[in-house]
Order: sequence, then C-alpha cells, then structure tokens
Amino acid sequence: MNNGHIINIEGLIKRFPVGSGFFTALDGIDLSFGKGEFAGLVGPSGSGKTTLLNIIGSLDSPSEGKATVMGQSVGELSHKKAADLRNHNLGFIFQTYNLLPVYTVFENVEFPLLLLKMDKVKRKKAVMDALDWVGLTDKVKSRPKQLSGGESQRGAIARAMVKRPQIVLADEPTANLDSENSHHILQTMEKLNQDLEATFIFATHDDKVIQYLKRKISLADGKVINDELTPNRT
Amino acid sequence: MIRFLFKGLLRDRHRSLFPVITISIGVLFTVLLQCWITGILGDMINTNARFSTGHVKITTRAYAENADQLPTDLAMIGAEEMLANLKQDYPDMDWVPRIQFGGLLDAPDENGETRTQGTAFGMAVDLLSEETQEINRLNLAEALIQGSMPNESGEILLSDDLAQKLEVAPGQTVTLLSSTMYGSMAMYNFRVAGTVKFGVSALDRGAMILDISDAQLALDMMDAASEILGFNQIGLYNNEEATVLATSYNEAVVDDKDEFAPAMLRLRDQNDLASMLDYIQSFVTMFISIFILAMGIVLWNSGLIGGIRRYGEIGIRLAIGEYKGHIYRSMIGESVLIGLFGSCIGTALGLGVAWLLQTYGFSVGDYMKNATIMMPNTFRAQITSTAYYIGFIPGLFATILGTSLSGVGIYRRQTAQLFKELEA
Repeated sequence: MNNGHIINIEGLIKRFPVGSGFFTALDGIDLSFGKGEFAGLVGPSGSGKTTLLNIIGSLDSPSEGKATVMGQSVGELSHKKAADLRNHNLGFIFQTYNLLPVYTVFENVEFPLLLLKMDKVKRKKAVMDALDWVGLTDKVKSRPKQLSGGESQRGAIARAMVKRPQIVLADEPTANLDSENSHHILQTMEKLNQDLEATFIFATHDDKVIQYLKRKISLADGKVINDELTPNRT
Repeated sequence: MIRFLFKGLLRDRHRSLFPVITISIGVLFTVLLQCWITGILGDMINTNARFSTGHVKITTRAYAENADQLPTDLAMIGAEEMLANLKQDYPDMDWVPRIQFGGLLDAPDENGETRTQGTAFGMAVDLLSEETQEINRLNLAEALIQGSMPNESGEILLSDDLAQKLEVAPGQTVTLLSSTMYGSMAMYNFRVAGTVKFGVSALDRGAMILDISDAQLALDMMDAASEILGFNQIGLYNNEEATVLATSYNEAVVDDKDEFAPAMLRLRDQNDLASMLDYIQSFVTMFISIFILAMGIVLWNSGLIGGIRRYGEIGIRLAIGEYKGHIYRSMIGESVLIGLFGSCIGTALGLGVAWLLQTYGFSVGDYMKNATIMMPNTFRAQITSTAYYIGFIPGLFATILGTSLSGVGIYRRQTAQLFKELEA
C-alpha cells in the first residue's frame, strides 16, 4: 500500500474487443483511495465507472497500466489469488441485490463466512451482528422473494459487510429503490463506513447517492474529468 | 460448506426435482426398451428351440435341405442306437427324438362316414416314457384346454382351434391320413385325449401331438426319427456352445457323399433364423444405441441448461470469493448426485414395469393369426443383468458430461463476463 492508500491506480487503460477493433472503456486513469473513504465514481452510462469498479474488485484485469488493491496488483493475480483477495478484503453490493434465492437471509449473509471457514459459533454471531447493523434481525428465516426491495438491499449490504471487508464496492445500489429506501440504505452504509472504517466506492449516476459522497470522481468517456471532495460532507 | 450447498440443491427444484424427473423418465425408457426387446428375442429363440429346432438338431443332410416339406422319407433309421451314442458322447445335453409330419385328419360321424376334415401338423414326441422331459419342455400341462394328457398308446392331443374346426371333443376318434416313410398311404385311428393351446399361432392353427411310438407305427417308421433335438441343461440357447458342438459332431460323422448321413444344425441354422436373428439383433443394437444416444443428448442438454442457468449464481459466488475450481467441482458433485439418484429411480421404475411385462406380457395374438414363424402370441419383457446398469449410461454419464461442458464456461469466461450475465 503506497502512502497509506489501499487502492492505487496508475495509467489504467481497459480495452474491449469490438468486431475487428477495440473499444476503450478506460483511458489512462490515475486514482488512489485511502482507508475509510466514502467515494463515488460518477458519470453517465458508458463512462467506464462499472469497468473501473470491476477492475478494483479483481473481477477484470487492466489492458495497460496498473491497479493495486491491498498491495496486490490486480492484473498479475491468478484466479485463486484474485478470489482470495475478494474473499478476505472486498465486499460487493449490486444494483439487483443478487441474494441467492434458495437460501434464507441468514444463510445468504453466512455464505462469505463459510468460504472463510469460520467456526459455527463465531459465524452465527457475525451474521447476527451484520443483520443488526442493517436492521434485518427479524427476517433471518425469510427467503429473498419474501423481502421488499429495501430489505433485499439491506440483506445484500449485510452479506457484503459480514466479513468486515476493507473495501466495499457498490454498483448503482439504489437504482431499484424508491427515495425513502434509498436514503435508508445510504444512511446505513454511511454509518458502517464510520463504524467499521471500510472504504466504500460507489458507481452511480443517482443524485441521491451523490449527495452522500465525501469524494466525487466524475468520469466521461473513460477518463477522470473531475475528482473533488464534497464540501458539505468533508 | 457441503451441507450449505446440499441444502441449496434440495430447495431448488430446478436443480434437483426436475432434473431427477427428467433423468428418471429417460432411464426408465432405456431400461424398459432393453428388457422388452431382450424378452421378445429371447422368447422367440426359446419358442423355436422348444417346439422346432432344439439348441442343436440332428437330421439327415437330405432332410435338412427339405425340412420345410417335413419329408419323413428322408428320416434317420437306427434312431435308438444313434440316441444312445449321443447320450454317451455328449452327456451334458438332453437328446430327444421327434418326428414332424403333415397329414389330413378326418372326423367321422356316427355311421363312420367323413363328417369334417382338416389339415394337421403332426409333432411326435416322447409323451409316454417315465423319464421324458418333453411334456415340461412343451408346457403341455399348462397348454391343456380340455380333456387330459395322453396316458396310453393311441391317444393324441389336438390344438384347440383344430378340434373346434373338426368339431371333435376329447374321447372322440379321428383318423390320420398321411404317407408312410416308404411312400405308401398311411391311415391310423387315434382317440383325442385333450386339446391344447400353446399361444404360438404356427402351432395353434393345426397341431396334433402324439407319442413318437404311435407315429412310428402309423407312418411305418420303426426305429426311425426325422430329427433328434439336443437341449443344454440350463435351457438357454448359447450360440458359441452350439457352434463348438455342431462343428465337433459334423467333423466326426459327416460323409460328404451320403445324403442320409446325419448332420448337426445349430438353432440359428434352421427356419431362416440366422438372417432373421442377425437382422433383429442389428436392428435392436442400432435402435437401443440411437435411443441411448438420444436420451444421452436430452440429459446432457438438461445438464448443460442447468449449468448455464446458474451462471448468475456462479457470478455471485465468484464475487464473494469462491474459487472457480471449487464452484466447478461442486457443480459436478451435484450432477453426480442427481444423475445417480435419477438413474436409480429410473432403473427401479424401469425394472418394475419390465417385471409387469415379464409376468403378464402383452398379447399380440390377434396380429399373429397367420404367422408362419414360431413366435409367441404374448410378448414379454425379460429382465437381464444388463437392465440393472444400462440406464446409468445416459442417466449418470450424460448428465455429468452436460454439466462438465457447461461448467467449462466458468473457466473460459472472464469473471467480469459472468458478472454481466449475473446482472442481466
């Protein structure tokens, strides 16, 4: 980790093959994120924010340049090392929640801890703590289809946070929620950011999310066009 | 973790119940088809063996060439000595003499004048000796419809259809009109002891069963038999065994210049059975192979679709930090479980239905009335050892193959691509 940063991105370029040529999704990105940030990648569709989030999440690799997450260069990681990085340090929150439908809320939140081979007693406590953070302790036995949109997203947040990751990546987390639920979710994440000191990075173009950000990184056509601390949140 | 995955498998009907149902049905049909075709073929061979060909048969060479004409004038003389020699040289086989002949049966009225007449197919077998196995071999006791078994010389059994046609009942007398072994006219009176129905159209149309000594008397065939049939001890035709036996016998006794020299024929050398059995066997092999292949493709596809349907779930599991190899192995493990479970259920159901078809059969008598080949009127399945494992070929292996191929996508796709499919 350089200069206390847990994420360092230098000269990052990402190209995707399109027909006989290439489409450049990210074009020379230089960014770094410190511990406990509450930052957002903001921009219209196609600006490259999800691609950047995927690279930070070691789900994709750079075409050129370097992305270092928790001291590990994403482009040089094997499948196994990338999985270890995600398992130990990263939490994901999706636009469509993506809770596993056949499992209960408790089991969905428990799943990352099973991969970490945590013993049963500690696991149960960690799951209940996570559900307590998001206010879902009364839904432990519910299946995802029995939850509202807001409850589902809170379940997804609990799943992302249960292992207390250093970094949480949230891709359009409020896109499917109404205003009230969006604020509730964002307040929950803001509190977790403060309590657990996890770095939150959002990909969004939702104004409701943007107003909660402490740092706003604007992207357009794969380039960073603005990187600012939000005055009223600093 | 295994418990967690197993719980998911049980709860997701698309991953457990529906594939198990699909596999079970596919395996059921595979097992049933195998038993059904084996049963029909086996019955056909067995019926031919019991009533006509034996597992091997000895006749004169001339008789063998004209066997369809039932030429008693080409029968073997010195049958008793030949039989004794065969029993001594091949003690593992049961050897029996028979005479097959054609003739006219005449049923007289109360004045002794012809009332009705009908053509008869005569089959003379050992009915009256104490050690005879022929009554059991021909299932005569079970085939008996009216009257009783012949107890003394001069008594015969008639096929029930022929008895009805001649309007004769047990206890009445009929006269056989035929030709002797030497070409003279033969007339002989018999008392009808009972009527029989074998369930084989070729016999039920007009069979007349009598003791061989009566036939020898009526047809002037003393110490002669038109054929000597050999049956192995287990009662199932074994072509390799029959080939070895026939080759050794023919090498020892055949005299090329003597058309009355005895020759041993295998079951498949008679009644055009070789070409028919070969044809049926190739057809069956082809049919079962195509069926297994088709079921394999269906179940493979089912595994494939099941795997592809889960790309979203795989995306989540990858994002959470599960190894690709672990996900792939868990998918294969699931398909082994599902394939095994479905195959066991399908095999059990297939064997159950096959048992019903083996026990009760499926009557095709109405379609076989004019059949000239020896085929039973009731088709039955036969459960063999193959039936216990054949369903596992499509049920287990095809399912695993389908899942394996779909799972390859986990490795070949970029993780981010699986992710996009998850979000789609």
